[in-house]
Amino acid sequence: MTRAVQPVLWLVIFGETFTRLHAIPTGRLPYLDFLAPGVIAQAGLFIAIFYGIQIIWERDAGVLTKLLVTPTPRSALILGKSFAAGIRALAQVVVVLVLSALLGVALSANPLDILGAFAVVLLGSAFFACLSMTVAGVVLRRERLMGIGQMITMPLFFASNALYPVHVMPGWLRALSAVNPLSYEVDALRGLLIRAPAHLGVDFGVLLLAVAAGVTAASSLVARLAR
Amino acid sequence: MNAGRTPGGVPAVACRGLRHAFGDHVAVRGIDLVVERGEVFGLLGPNGAGKTTTMRVLNTLLPCQEGTVEVLGRDVRSEPMAVRRLLGYVPQQLSIEPALTGRENVEWFARLFDVPRRERRARVGEVLEMMGLAEAADRLAGTYSGGMVRRLELAQALVGRPTVLILDEPTIGLDPVARVGVWTRVEQLRAETGMTVLLTTHYMDEADALCDRVALMHLGEIRAEGTPAELKASLGPSATLDDVFRHHSGGAELDSAGTEKGGLRAVRSTRHTASRVS
Repeated sequence: MTRAVQPVLWLVIFGETFTRLHAIPTGRLPYLDFLAPGVIAQAGLFIAIFYGIQIIWERDAGVLTKLLVTPTPRSALILGKSFAAGIRALAQVVVVLVLSALLGVALSANPLDILGAFAVVLLGSAFFACLSMTVAGVVLRRERLMGIGQMITMPLFFASNALYPVHVMPGWLRALSAVNPLSYEVDALRGLLIRAPAHLGVDFGVLLLAVAAGVTAASSLVARLAR
Repeated sequence: MNAGRTPGGVPAVACRGLRHAFGDHVAVRGIDLVVERGEVFGLLGPNGAGKTTTMRVLNTLLPCQEGTVEVLGRDVRSEPMAVRRLLGYVPQQLSIEPALTGRENVEWFARLFDVPRRERRARVGEVLEMMGLAEAADRLAGTYSGGMVRRLELAQALVGRPTVLILDEPTIGLDPVARVGVWTRVEQLRAETGMTVLLTTHYMDEADALCDRVALMHLGEIRAEGTPAELKASLGPSATLDDVFRHHSGGAELDSAGTEKGGLRAVRSTRHTASRVS
């Protein structure tokens, strides 16, 4: 429940304030509605990045060693762990959805849309869990990993369309956002949850590719952790 | 001590010229090792001798840099998956999941070893029974004593019916009663299934009690090899394995540069394991 504090702050304080300020142009869409999917994705991001870290270190050093000597392929192990992170992220999604509804965000009532949103967050979080497991396989030390985790979460969030639409971004930020899977996750969530125009096909495609790439990278590095 | 080994035919493990370095540090300096099927083989030596590194190349955790390693005829370089299917491995560090019950811990590994669903329940029960954990099976593994944890780890390694069991310091950090418990079960296993067991240890009493043959490693090389009886006899009529150990590792553990090896890092990891198991 303490993890719910951050999204609450973003929605309630930042969201409400900026809605009143009309500082960020989101057309006819109230800013709070625009922001909510971004906060959902960010909550998932946060959990996924730190789950990747925690999973590798906490007591798993011994378990991981044993797992790597079973006939189960490394990719299967990584995939399992990354989807576990995704499932954890879903709990946060529910919290933020409920909160958003309470704050008056016009969310879609269609259960298919909600399920779709779950799928999107699952994929996105799976990718970010793979990202942190990959970094874990490179740096190998818990302190460095915690540091890096904290270092990349906020930039990933700010260099995406979570807080502001793409068209207000300067060129360089737009470029970063275009290669940030979080942007695609948020775009899909906006399309599903608040019925904003979105490119669902591209979004799902990018997320699936990102997960595939993430699993590949993490699998090739995971053995380094058991040494 | 039964010599249950069956020489002739494909050996359980065959290493030739195995060499492994971590950057500049050469941990294993070109060793040859043969473990026959059905025998209990001990890799002995002080901290930093290269036993764990050797073990890890054998069980595919580390890549085989130089030399050849075959497990039951399968090359670890070209057929790592086939090798893993044949192995059961209990690492030195604690490796159970405390938040699951004993039974769940074993079931998890039954799945990882592709034990067919129909057989899973029966095999899990069988293996827990063998390890004396049938009663405690449905308690959380986090509540187990040190000895029980080790036996649970053995159960996890055995549920896949391995042909070769690899144990890295099997009784480290355990009290004397728990140690004997582990030894009895390893003996029983070998007697009932003809499983080959390869273990590393720095406890000479363990080597004496369990092993058909041992190899003493020091600074990456095998200094002596043979049955415990042979090695003791080579030193004198009342020599113990401890004496053999000390004879070949020169008392203090010095490396070629004359600085003391098996230093803080090795001791720290040993103590760390020991404290977690108890």
